[in-house]
Amino acid sequence: MNPSIDIQHLKKVFGKQVVLEDVNLTVKPGEIVGLIGPSGAGKSTVIKTMLGMEKADGGKALVLDTQMPNRKILGNIGYMAQSDALYESLSAKENLVFYGKMKGVDGQQLTSEIDHVAQVVDLTDDLTKRVSNFSGGMKRRLSLAIALLGDPDLLVLDEPTVGIDPSLRKKIWDELHRLRDAGRSVLVTTHVMDEAELTDRVALLLGGKVLAFDEPKKLEAEYKVPTIEEVFLAAEGELEK
Amino acid sequence: MKRVLAIAGRIGRELLRDKRTLAMVLIMPILVLWLLNIMFSANTTTSVKIATVGVDSQITKTLDKTKHVSVVKYDKKSTANDKLKHYKVDAVLTETSSNHYKVTYANIDPTKTSVAKAALKAAILKGKMTTMAKTSAALQAQLAQLTGQTAQTSTIKSSAGSTTKITNHYNYGDADTNFFSKMIPLMMGFFVFLISGMGMLGERTSGTLDRLLATPVKRGEIVSGYLISYGLLAVVQTIIVVYSAIWIMKIEVVGSVFSIIVINVLLALVALTFGMLLSTLASSEFQMMQFIPIVIVPQLLFSGIIPLDTMASWVQDFGKILPLTYAGDALTEIVMKGTSLANLGGDICALLIFIVVLGSLNILAMKRYRKV
Ligand SMILES: Nc1ncnc2c1ncn2[C@@H]1O[C@H](COP(=O)(O)OP(=O)(O)O)[C@@H](O)[C@H]1O
Ligand SMILES: [Mg+2]
Repeated sequence: MNPSIDIQHLKKVFGKQVVLEDVNLTVKPGEIVGLIGPSGAGKSTVIKTMLGMEKADGGKALVLDTQMPNRKILGNIGYMAQSDALYESLSAKENLVFYGKMKGVDGQQLTSEIDHVAQVVDLTDDLTKRVSNFSGGMKRRLSLAIALLGDPDLLVLDEPTVGIDPSLRKKIWDELHRLRDAGRSVLVTTHVMDEAELTDRVALLLGGKVLAFDEPKKLEAEYKVPTIEEVFLAAEGELEK
Repeated sequence: MKRVLAIAGRIGRELLRDKRTLAMVLIMPILVLWLLNIMFSANTTTSVKIATVGVDSQITKTLDKTKHVSVVKYDKKSTANDKLKHYKVDAVLTETSSNHYKVTYANIDPTKTSVAKAALKAAILKGKMTTMAKTSAALQAQLAQLTGQTAQTSTIKSSAGSTTKITNHYNYGDADTNFFSKMIPLMMGFFVFLISGMGMLGERTSGTLDRLLATPVKRGEIVSGYLISYGLLAVVQTIIVVYSAIWIMKIEVVGSVFSIIVINVLLALVALTFGMLLSTLASSEFQMMQFIPIVIVPQLLFSGIIPLDTMASWVQDFGKILPLTYAGDALTEIVMKGTSLANLGGDICALLIFIVVLGSLNILAMKRYRKV
């Protein structure tokens, strides 16, 4: 089976700053891949270039067997940006309906999907509230709910759990695992290292390259440390040498 | 099309909930109109100089006695016209033949023109038609109807049987219509420009544009959605402003009000697409504000509000790339001559070209945020 995401030698330069030098990354169907790295490492840039929101300066990105950028395939990708990107004067439900329609979901199907995703992010009781009255965490959850609309084959989530309290964070990860078990692919970025333990494979993005890319347990064994956080520190130390 | 409507509906909903913007679009123009009207009619301090050539002394005396009006007599027409050219006098009155009068207004300041006009009307009526008391109301109405028209010849039959004829000429502009055909579209264009630009800017800075472009929506669908929603708002705004202008400023319209609305809406769409396009160059609302003078000033200077006939030809050519020139021309035709839309193809075409070109540029500019 072809990988859902296949990034090869991706390069991205902003002015003189080489943000991505040579990034290789694959996400297989039914797999959650965590892209970790410090703030400013280029995690969001990987995603934006892959989705065609930034122009790559080299390399290529295949998403769902399609060379990116490609407009139509976007309908099959649930993207959650790092910023919440919500319409503040609209209610949560109106936001969901609007983005749902943009994704091509409509009518009865949209209604039932909204019910479902609202439940997943625990916003069922707040659907009619205006987003301007939402807390930061609620906005983050609504943003995630939007990404889940349309039951996409691939989820691309940029720091989805920032500002979300632990019990709900667990609930969201449970949902991601459920989706994975149903055969969906998930690419999730995070700088919360303990979340990396919850993924199937972890990619360490440092210095414009993916320094290590394997199952969390294998990485820990390889670097002979107990946690991903320490794997990360070790890798960073190696890079500086 | 479904997506276009969803986008238009969403923007409409946001607009309806944004009371500040709604007030700015729908109430502000009326307020501005009202203030301008007060300014225009506050003529207590305006003094008007009228030159007369070969006019019955009875009339010049009456004129001279009129408040804020002074009369200078000249023997030769050429001298009087020369004074008018150099703004030494505000109007020249000549009696071309018995009971036939010709008035030329400098029309630099519409207030002075209206003062002079009223004074002349009164003086000539008083001098020539002492028995008109009963029918003067009707006359006044008739005269009022003629004030907005260039070189309009009015024939007034007095009950005494003598015929008085006043011919009006304007050196610059066309009486009140200049205001109606240039200032109103400029003002409305300004508001639409600003709010559509702000709308687009907000969409970009809040990240929703990015997210929108991460769905399979076409760039053209987004631009169309904007055109529909803000276009509808412009229609509502135009109807309100045009009717209140006619009502508050008592502007006489020879042609159809519907045609006026159509032209104003076309101009609003130009302003809308232009506002969206410029917003891509701004990264904050403040920067968007900084574009205002860049957009407004050339339109004020070169679209014909200030007479261009005497300016260098490049200035006149420059006016041709400004949408307000075409809208103003079409509106003048409609208001003064009653020209129908069918006969304004050139102006309408020019405005449509602006809309299509700017609209396409918007679609292109969005490539910055998604490569397909
Ligand atoms: N549009 C842009 N123009 C210029 N530099 C950018 C742009 N986007 C990101 N960068 C730079 O690229 C680097 C990586 O940014 P980003 O991908 O957002 O990091 P991360 O998501 O890992 O925190 C940063 O140094 C940032 O300043
Ligand atoms: Mg980021």
